Amino acid sequence: MRLPLQHVAHVRSGDKGNTSNVTVIAYEPDLYPYLKDQLTAEAFRAFYAGMVTGPVTRYAVDHLGVLNFVAEGALGGGVSRSLCLDNYGKALSAAVLGFMLDIPDRLANRLRNYHPAPEETPA
Amino acid sequence: MTGLRIGSGSAWWGDRLEPARRNAEEGDLDYLCFETMAEATVSAAQVRKRRDPSFPGYDTYLDDRMQRVLPGCLRRGTKIISNQGWINPEGAAERMVHWLRACGAPKGTVVAAVSGSLITDRVLDIAGPLMEDGRPAASLAGSIVSAEAYMGAEPIVRALREGAAIVVTGRVADPSLFMAPMMHEFGWDPLDHGRLGPGNGIGHVLECGAQVTGGYFCDPGFKDVPEPWDLAFPIAEVESDGSAVITKVVGSGGAVTLRTLKEQLFYEVHDPGRYITPDVVVDFTTTQLEEVGPDRLRVSGISGQPRTPTLKVSIACQEGHIGEDMFFYAGPGALRRAELAKRILEERFRIVGLDAEEVRIDFVGVNAIHGGLSPAGAEPYEVAVRVAARTRTREEALKVGREVDGMAVSGVGMTGKRVPHQDRTREIIGVWSSLVPREAVTPVITYYEA
Repeated sequence: MRLPLQHVAHVRSGDKGNTSNVTVIAYEPDLYPYLKDQLTAEAFRAFYAGMVTGPVTRYAVDHLGVLNFVAEGALGGGVSRSLCLDNYGKALSAAVLGFMLDIPDRLANRLRNYHPAPEETPA
Repeated sequence: MTGLRIGSGSAWWGDRLEPARRNAEEGDLDYLCFETMAEATVSAAQVRKRRDPSFPGYDTYLDDRMQRVLPGCLRRGTKIISNQGWINPEGAAERMVHWLRACGAPKGTVVAAVSGSLITDRVLDIAGPLMEDGRPAASLAGSIVSAEAYMGAEPIVRALREGAAIVVTGRVADPSLFMAPMMHEFGWDPLDHGRLGPGNGIGHVLECGAQVTGGYFCDPGFKDVPEPWDLAFPIAEVESDGSAVITKVVGSGGAVTLRTLKEQLFYEVHDPGRYITPDVVVDFTTTQLEEVGPDRLRVSGISGQPRTPTLKVSIACQEGHIGEDMFFYAGPGALRRAELAKRILEERFRIVGLDAEEVRIDFVGVNAIHGGLSPAGAEPYEVAVRVAARTRTREEALKVGREVDGMAVSGVGMTGKRVPHQDRTREIIGVWSSLVPREAVTPVITYYEA
């Protein structure tokens, strides 16, 4: 099944200068491999195209189910220079909650707060 | 000794006061640590001091914080480590002596001030290239407001060894404030990276306060915590090997869970295998987390590598001004009216010759936070037009608010607008980073007695 990342992982972003780090954490260990496989640094950068202007580096800490994305040029020139209302990028991580992931149907009971609309439920 | 109890008293200048009092009263703490400085705190304080010579230059909430925590700390014998000194640690220490006396502290209670982090006068001679773009630091000459090195835990440890009950500092790396008590109580050598790694890692977990007890975390339906209006600041029960149980006072809201821990562990971390601090290079990739009870999370296995020969320095520069303002639309067609308002503003800025490096006009409720990532098509019931421009001079920045004023009677129908009630321009203090040799920064410790 294909569903938004918010059912698979939780996120937090932090700032240092003009660089934002977005941590993406699998809710369950058995969901993590699918997250790691599909949310690559390239996929992350493409998803944030227009907001992130520099390179993206991904660090994985497998035994904690954690992917840490370091996105350069993500904060409008830096916290103090940015014209964005959210100049620290505290809400930046929330966008990736909408990244679409393919997860095997058998893992449906591992998903967080996933209640598909009736017409989407397999007969 | 084992089970050293270290609690958080604040994670930033504007943090809540009550959780600090609660930790002092109910936390059974050996140490209570206050982190009150953001990247721009020192430069903002320098600017304010220049405009207002009566500004004492330390945490503006110092009185509020000390009045609340000192009674509990004195009763329990809790020592305080705090970076509330900003640009005047000595002044902050004298003020703490005042509050110690007012709270009936034993005569002779020692307060130590740690300064020496300010290196504005010599930074251009000792700093390497700028970490952001590789330019020589000297290219910032003429615009520097202040420069400060991030000191480590060592001067705090020295002050504790001299008997200080309170140590108040200028710029010290945030995790070091929390690790200094571990080094002092467990007798860790400043070069023992095997212990300083985990110790600093625990410091990092604590430095953002409620961010590990349920703050900056809730997402209804996905991540809920009980009573998020009553969060406690965290407490670590640290063992002599640098492992710790992270917890909070019983009866408070929020939660300490695997999820809160993981989010905070990597907050503002880049390479998790090389988190560089003045004291040690922390490796979080070996961390083990275990829930050992309700709101009790055991953190172990964090490792460390030897510290680097350099210290990070932040160089704050005057870089111009930002002008900004906002006005509102609602009801059917709100977005259409907002779009016309944007067009009018763009033409007005052209007519008045706004000289800006960047202009940004967003629709709050539509695309102000995630910009181009925001989905198109949905018609909002309400929308705010928010305009900001970055300019070299304040005169140019003032044009933003003046043109928004024009939108009141010369703009689009049904425009909601505030009467200007605050300064709609602000000064930009840009922060640049560089490295300086460790030996170029000499901490200065001054002692005071209540």
